[in-house]
Amino acid sequence: MALSGFLAQLLNGVQYGLLLFLIASGLTLIFGVMGIINLAHGSMFMIGAYVAFLVARHWGSMWLALPAALAGGIVLGLLLERFLFRYFYKREHLDQVLLTFALILLFEETRALIVGNDFHSVAVPALFDFSVPITAGFSYSAYRFAVIGICLALAALLFFWIERTKMGAIIRAAAEKPEMVDVLGIDARRVHMTVFAIGTALALIAGVLAAPLYSVYPNMGDGFLIICFVVVVIGGQGSVSGAFWSALIIGLVDTLGKAYAPKVAGLAVYVLMAAVLLWRPSGLFGQQRT
Amino acid sequence: MLPQSKTVPVMLGLGALVLAALPLFVPGYYVELGSYAFIAAMLALSLQLLVGCTGLVSLGHAAFYGLAAYTVYLVTGNGAGRSIFVTLPAAVAVAALAALLVGSLSLRTRGFFFLMVTLAFGQMVFFLFHDTKLGGGTDGAFLARPVLSIFDWQLPLTRRQRPIAVYYVALALLVAMYLGLVVLMRSMFGRVLEGIRVNEHRMSALGFNTYRYKLAAFVIAGALAGVAGHMWAMHRGFVNPELIGWHRSAEALLMILLGGLTTLHGPIIGALAYTGLGEVAQLITERKLLVEGLVILFVVLVLPKGLSGISLPRRSRKPAPKTPPVGAAEARPHG
Repeated sequence: MALSGFLAQLLNGVQYGLLLFLIASGLTLIFGVMGIINLAHGSMFMIGAYVAFLVARHWGSMWLALPAALAGGIVLGLLLERFLFRYFYKREHLDQVLLTFALILLFEETRALIVGNDFHSVAVPALFDFSVPITAGFSYSAYRFAVIGICLALAALLFFWIERTKMGAIIRAAAEKPEMVDVLGIDARRVHMTVFAIGTALALIAGVLAAPLYSVYPNMGDGFLIICFVVVVIGGQGSVSGAFWSALIIGLVDTLGKAYAPKVAGLAVYVLMAAVLLWRPSGLFGQQRT
Repeated sequence: MLPQSKTVPVMLGLGALVLAALPLFVPGYYVELGSYAFIAAMLALSLQLLVGCTGLVSLGHAAFYGLAAYTVYLVTGNGAGRSIFVTLPAAVAVAALAALLVGSLSLRTRGFFFLMVTLAFGQMVFFLFHDTKLGGGTDGAFLARPVLSIFDWQLPLTRRQRPIAVYYVALALLVAMYLGLVVLMRSMFGRVLEGIRVNEHRMSALGFNTYRYKLAAFVIAGALAGVAGHMWAMHRGFVNPELIGWHRSAEALLMILLGGLTTLHGPIIGALAYTGLGEVAQLITERKLLVEGLVILFVVLVLPKGLSGISLPRRSRKPAPKTPPVGAAEARPHG
């Protein structure tokens, strides 16, 4: 019995970690390529979750929310990059931080105007509303399996895009030596818009997937954003594969901690971050820089 | 960072005199609002030592502010109010110690990573008080306000006079903090911090251990935020986790940007203006955060040099001295 409980927590941890990866990968990509920190990335996650809630309320099932989040995320990312962020790449850090903080406030206020400040739960889609029996005494939620599957598929697509396509090569180059991209005559603006659109869409999709698991509530993006900062710090600068492994570590540490040592679990991920900073300040998977 | 002309100190001195005379003329509500504005100004001013002076953008500064306020609660609890000469040193010591811990870890990173790490540690402190019963949990807790007493003698104050006394204590601490930081930035230490902001590599090439200087600045800033947090506890007699949350850190950054990044008086002007703006906004709309967001957008898009940048347009954002900062030459180890 104890073993099946542990297995369930292990799967929960993997599922949470993969969800964190969807958010953190966009954060890392945007940070790596554009050198800008997007505090409003958590708001994108929040928007995705509320899209799922609204779609589920109107049509009874949230499936339509996935394509809507993908399309809406791409459009939102393009608009934000084209009309706002583009003018801030060369500004001081303080300006960038406050700009994106202002966006959080505006997104949250818009959310409050549209749906109010209540907690809402979102029903698990009927297709996956059952448990998968694994052993005689243990079964696991099919929806969580579906989330793990979708996240893994998206992660695989993302790695294929970054490692095997021309655009991916440009992105890796831009993250390492931004001036080289300009020198080679590549249209950096197109790269920026693409990265922003993909990163934003991933955060929205993460929000949709998370809605039935964590329900939707005001400022839900903040908590996820800050945990994703921990993921990025542990993973290392501009490294998407680093973000993947560190998201899994954080997901497991947080979930297992909450299950087996609930009193100290809230602090566990921060202690982990402190340890990584002491041991390897540039992250577990990042390039060591002196 | 320091006032270049004679007009600024004269204006600031006059402003302080006007503020000192204010409780004689305005109703109690505005006295309390003034105290709150001074506390906000202290928080922003302490953060300016990191942001404007040293070039370190921290998003976890409210942690030290909130920790100090909670220290007042933990020292006094619900009993009788303790003397300010006990609570203030205790609050500042706790804030400084926490800043030493957080600073020594987070200063191992740079730029945006520093920002993310300070934010994460700030949230850690937030959850410490939010999730445990240490300080009343989510709802916060009432506390006995520190009293103005020395040994066994207590300043006799009526209920009506209390807020006025807090007003003057906060104003005096704010003025002392400003003057102290002016002296600090004039000293060798301050010059090194400014050198780090302009070009950290150059400073380490000159033989300065920049990590230690930054850590010292971080601890001083944390301790000064502790002064502000203590005054919050004395002003409101109430603590809750919101004091620690990162929205407060961001608000302090906004006050700095609103007032101006390049001066020490900027954050004070920014905090007073922001508090006043909040009052006006409350008359117009219930949606305070919407107004806050729009104000930030306006400042970031239209007024990147802040309010003090309007009056003094010729001051450039980065002074970039051609020679190394004064005093750097003497300190260079003889080789």
